[in-house]
Amino acid sequence: MEVDVMKKVPVKEQDPKVRATNFEEVCLGYTAEEAKCEASRCINCKNAQCMKGCPVSINIPGFVEQVKNDDFEAAYKIISESSALPAVCGRVCPQESQCEGKCIRGIKGEAISIGKLERFVADWARENGIKPEKTAAPNGKKVAVIGSGPAGLTCAGDLAKLGYDVTIFEALHKAGGVLVYGIPEFRLPKDAVVAKEIENVKALGVKIETDVVIGKSTTVDQLMEDEGFDAVFIGSGAGLPKFMGIPGENSNGVFSANEYLTRSNLMKAFNEDSNTPIMRGKKVAVVGGGNVAMDAARTALRLGAEVHIVYRRSEAELPARVEEVHHAKEEGVIFDLLTNPTQILADENGWVKGIECIRMELGEPDASGRRRPVEVAGSEFVIDVDTVIMSLGTSPNPLISSTTKGLEINGRKCIVASEDLGKTSKDGVYAGGDAVTGAATVILAMGAGKAGAKGIHEYLSNK
Amino acid sequence: MFKILRAEELTENIFLMEVEAKRVAAHCLPGQFVIVRGSEDGERIPLTICDYDREKGTITIVFQIVGQGTLFLSNLKAGDSFTDFVGPLGCPSEFCDEDIESLKKKSILFVAGGVGTAPVYPQVKWLKEHGVNADVVVGAKTKSILILEKEMEAVAGNLYVTTDDGSYGRSGMVTKTVEDLVAEGKKYDVCVTIGPMIMMKFVCKLTEKLGIPTVVSLNPIMVDGTGMCGACRVTVGDEVKFACVDGPEFDGHKVNFDEAMRRQTLYKTEEGRAFLAAKEGDTHHGGCGNCN
Repeated sequence: MEVDVMKKVPVKEQDPKVRATNFEEVCLGYTAEEAKCEASRCINCKNAQCMKGCPVSINIPGFVEQVKNDDFEAAYKIISESSALPAVCGRVCPQESQCEGKCIRGIKGEAISIGKLERFVADWARENGIKPEKTAAPNGKKVAVIGSGPAGLTCAGDLAKLGYDVTIFEALHKAGGVLVYGIPEFRLPKDAVVAKEIENVKALGVKIETDVVIGKSTTVDQLMEDEGFDAVFIGSGAGLPKFMGIPGENSNGVFSANEYLTRSNLMKAFNEDSNTPIMRGKKVAVVGGGNVAMDAARTALRLGAEVHIVYRRSEAELPARVEEVHHAKEEGVIFDLLTNPTQILADENGWVKGIECIRMELGEPDASGRRRPVEVAGSEFVIDVDTVIMSLGTSPNPLISSTTKGLEINGRKCIVASEDLGKTSKDGVYAGGDAVTGAATVILAMGAGKAGAKGIHEYLSNK
Repeated sequence: MFKILRAEELTENIFLMEVEAKRVAAHCLPGQFVIVRGSEDGERIPLTICDYDREKGTITIVFQIVGQGTLFLSNLKAGDSFTDFVGPLGCPSEFCDEDIESLKKKSILFVAGGVGTAPVYPQVKWLKEHGVNADVVVGAKTKSILILEKEMEAVAGNLYVTTDDGSYGRSGMVTKTVEDLVAEGKKYDVCVTIGPMIMMKFVCKLTEKLGIPTVVSLNPIMVDGTGMCGACRVTVGDEVKFACVDGPEFDGHKVNFDEAMRRQTLYKTEEGRAFLAAKEGDTHHGGCGNCN
């Protein structure tokens, strides 16, 4: 295989026309040969910038070197030292703005495909039955982790490796958090990838108790006082979906992206045999431009709909990853940019029949540094749709903060926690992920889980 | 797994089950609900709590077969288990936080309809245990489908049973009994009504006229029950609330019932088809013309 050192070894993907009708994974990943070729492009910088771009500081040149050497097991062990979920991260991390964004190769040519290599190594390890190793002997200290999403799993995995007795409490019936309810199958296979990575965390000795809603089934204080947990990490995630507050929003056929994706991903409603229903619209508008909006749009497309993304700014401001936008376009999602909904129109029985929008233009930059969209007077028009999916972000769920004594929250109702150690205002309680930052990415949550584990380890070591 | 200790068919299509669920039983209060799944691939089904035993660590639920999911649950027997049983969800009834002495001075009326009798029971029982006697009106279409009469009698101050067809107790809808009681000179400071949406709507219309503040308990469509999906949103006054975390109890005079009833029909066609397919198997060809 010939390698152009300036260019990434291309990765195979399902044909857009085919994949738009199925829920199989879009990206097929590297073969061993392709991975080795791609790894050979790495110049193994002494002062590796890529590592600085990684929220969990994986020894990237180290593992890439081992891929080059054909020692995939050694590569996996290097990644496992820093990440509990490599098969997940290789698929959903925004590498272009992290490790790959800092890659020296990327200055003149294309960055090394670090994400695809990580994915290859993790998939290879899984297929060959290689698991991360537990390192320390049990130290007899109990830690409760709230939430089994990326922050919780990472924190639990790190603490278990240090010898802690860790129990994760999950509100839903299945572990994984956003990895199982939020990110669709075609980006992140649930049984083949997510379930296996969770098994790996369990193999480190972590216990997972599902169906426990902290704040309702029990509280943080009770976990510490009555159940003998020495410390608690809160990684409870993003919370309540936002709506626009426009007329007609409670019409039948308007969903939050959370609901739509949860039905499809967690409850498997995309599958005709599922016991949980989902509305298979014929024409769907997804309002919003983030990764979640892309996931919802591409799900609706696969359920047979014509799909419009309705976003009030222009393409340059879309918060979604470029790769997601690209994939959505390839599959046939229509982008109605500089367009903002003003009301949802319903028929006489209350079912959605259209969405009235107004054209926008970009004005001066706002607080976020992006140019503020301004309405073009009199430019209202109607898109005929039968389903509207609101993907406008989330606000924190007050269930835990309102039931935990002495836990400080900020003006946005997020839990206040230090960035380096996840330390909250309450002794022994640490937090990280979306519950602290508001909705962000899987890898940032994992970074926060790592910080929390470090904080808890320091706290309990000195106690 | 959550083991079923007792399973009974109370009347046609209405079932009672006592289930081991220690965390729920340790923390639940009247007004709250649970979400259950009967199997690994089952739907998440929200059900109201009918009773709880903190010492035994059990929760009693009562449900009616309304679709494929509840049909499946109805086939579970004592000794079987629920795959999932999560809760307590939602907020407890407002009176749980009230001062008991001022509560004792209040005249409280409960109006229950059909399977709504089940969630009313723990509220009346809680009040009784705290020395508060409440009047209870229980309505059913006909005598044979009346549930929990003896249990309710044991905890209610006065129990008034009415059947739509007059086959038992008083005759007519619950609203008629409420009107009669007030006409007979009864005065109520607050009313709590739980039952079919249409019944709650009409009870609220009546109590608004009578000037009695009224609380209703809503059971909209839900998925997670923790505030994450927003499927259960209801309009209360000029605010949109999530029934799972802000409710399920709301000021009945402010609830937009027409919208709430409409939203309940969202998956009706899909659910109905699944229900018929489950019941009739391969023989299901109802001629509705909607099958693909």
